[in-house]
Amino acid sequence: MELFLEQVINGLNAGSIYALIAIGYTMVYGIIRLINFAHGEIMMFGAYFAFLFATSFGEVYQIPLLVVILIAMVLAAIMGVLIEKVAYSKLRNAPRISALITAIGMSLLLQNLALKIFGSTPKVMPNPIPVNPIEIGLVSIPLLTVFTILMTVFFMILLTVFVNKTKQGRAMRAVSQDKEAAMLMGINVNNTISLTFAIGSALGALGGVFFSLAYTQVAPTMGVMPGLKAFIAAVFGGIGNIQGAMLGGYIIGMVESLTKGYWSSKYVDAIVFGLLIIILLFKPSGILGKNVKEKV
Amino acid sequence: MKKTLDAISKTYSFIDNIISVKFIRNMLLLYVVFFVMMYLLNFRIIPPDLYGGIFISIFIAIIMAVSLNVATGFLGQLVLGHAGFMAIGAYTAAFVALYARDAVANNFLLFVIASLSAVVTAGIAGILVGTPALRLRGDYLGIMTLGFGEIVRVLLNNMKVTKGSLGLSVTPGIMSVPLAFWTTVVVVVFIYVFMKSRHGRAILSIREDEIAAESVGINITKYKIMGFVIASLFAGVGGSMYAFHVGYIVPTSFGFMKSIDIFVIVVLGGMGSITGAIFAAAFFTYIPLELQQFESYRLLIYSALLIIVMLYRPKGLMGTAEFSVDGTIKFFRYLPKNLYNGSKFLIEKVKSFEFPSFGKKKGSDQ
Repeated sequence: MELFLEQVINGLNAGSIYALIAIGYTMVYGIIRLINFAHGEIMMFGAYFAFLFATSFGEVYQIPLLVVILIAMVLAAIMGVLIEKVAYSKLRNAPRISALITAIGMSLLLQNLALKIFGSTPKVMPNPIPVNPIEIGLVSIPLLTVFTILMTVFFMILLTVFVNKTKQGRAMRAVSQDKEAAMLMGINVNNTISLTFAIGSALGALGGVFFSLAYTQVAPTMGVMPGLKAFIAAVFGGIGNIQGAMLGGYIIGMVESLTKGYWSSKYVDAIVFGLLIIILLFKPSGILGKNVKEKV
Repeated sequence: MKKTLDAISKTYSFIDNIISVKFIRNMLLLYVVFFVMMYLLNFRIIPPDLYGGIFISIFIAIIMAVSLNVATGFLGQLVLGHAGFMAIGAYTAAFVALYARDAVANNFLLFVIASLSAVVTAGIAGILVGTPALRLRGDYLGIMTLGFGEIVRVLLNNMKVTKGSLGLSVTPGIMSVPLAFWTTVVVVVFIYVFMKSRHGRAILSIREDEIAAESVGINITKYKIMGFVIASLFAGVGGSMYAFHVGYIVPTSFGFMKSIDIFVIVVLGGMGSITGAIFAAAFFTYIPLELQQFESYRLLIYSALLIIVMLYRPKGLMGTAEFSVDGTIKFFRYLPKNLYNGSKFLIEKVKSFEFPSFGKKKGSDQ
């Protein structure tokens, strides 16, 4: 029972990170029908931004953690918008495969850029949150986990309110439904797409910061695996659907930590990819996704 | 009587089609290339130990690129797990070499048996992955093949039979430059002939327009699987060659980056161009070996190239065009005329050039 609860909490922690990254994938896919392979790298850069701001002013955390996180999110958002403007905006009417290849190229480019700038050796990410855990009944929860989960939930609520209640959010939903019609209604499609990239990248960076805090390191290749798994989470929940991405993230996190706890940590990646293949075979539109008929 | 005559004329036209002047000329050209290569190696004009290995690596890259081109270039599907099929082929060949070494004395025969088994296993894997996956649209297919590649790597890394990350060693001294060369020729010719057949044209039509192809009666699922399986079959051959060439295979050499390497070659060479894939494979295998000191910039340059090519030449450098001897002769024959026309065109462009005015354009109210 203790093991189970511990693994569930680990799963919630990992799931929060995956969910945050998956939201970026799903929002971008929803609005321009593109799998942004570079999203994992944006998350990595977000973690590096946080690392730089946490360590480069004399002692570590001269700036409080929350401010560091906010700066990292803003910088990552700018980066996401720039990537969209440079690489993806020209390909909006191109064949799907060209856009995908560009996204793969972007991902490789950012990864190798990070290798050149920051070096290939992983760096230690300082953790300002005290390590002594909170004891609740049988289990002890690390404070960092509590912080991660609470922040994730906070930003999820914020995002849901933004998408459903504000004018910009409505514009976003309109563009994802029908770009031409939205344009005719006077929505600035380019700005809306930029905003989507900004929000997705900012949340990805948040996930990246939590990931680097949890594993206490930053490395240029750290974005690849969480990026892929978050993508699986997005597909699992139904790509294009924000609630689906959240749900999918938590499911993937749970599956992963339960596999680690009860079977073997070697096969975790194979299990997660197997899960992806199974969901693609039986319900390609995901758990919460709607089946869209293709028009001729 | 009529039937026999028909059969005879059919056979005759078949032979006539194959043994044409063009065919003989191309075979001669192949022999010339082969003998030049062997001459350079055997008379030590270029260091044979080093360049023999480079040539074999290039041939393996050519097989991998041309086979992936069937799925990505001709069929138009995003396949990101080609190294997975290569790994299956390589491990199969390694096992066969391990257990059949004593039974089969002849090196060539051993290679053939190992490669055929590699073809079978990689093909079975291709059917298993392709049949369900090809119901999905392009981007999902890419992710699913990526997942397949990762699963293969993780399994190879953790299974006892494959000795995990320690890897398997293969009998050395079987792979040679002539063997690699002629295997590559057989594979490329097979794929070329296949793409020119009615099946190949059906596959092409799926890339151009799936719905239109379906409406003229092409069985989309069948041909998609056919294209995908042919790609995976020959990836198995590439894997077998790789195993015999390197002599030592580990799961990490078949990771995601390997798939991406092959993918970059196909995209840059031209999606849908066999000769483009061959040139790109030779170029992108040889250049990194020559420029070892810039190794850390390799992927940076690859990725930048990938983005630039996609933005300005979305079908790859050669597009769907093929290099051919006839085409080259034609190019040089009409070169003076084309140069003349081109310069005339340019001069007219320059003459009629107007500086763009930055003021408000007529007729636009925005």
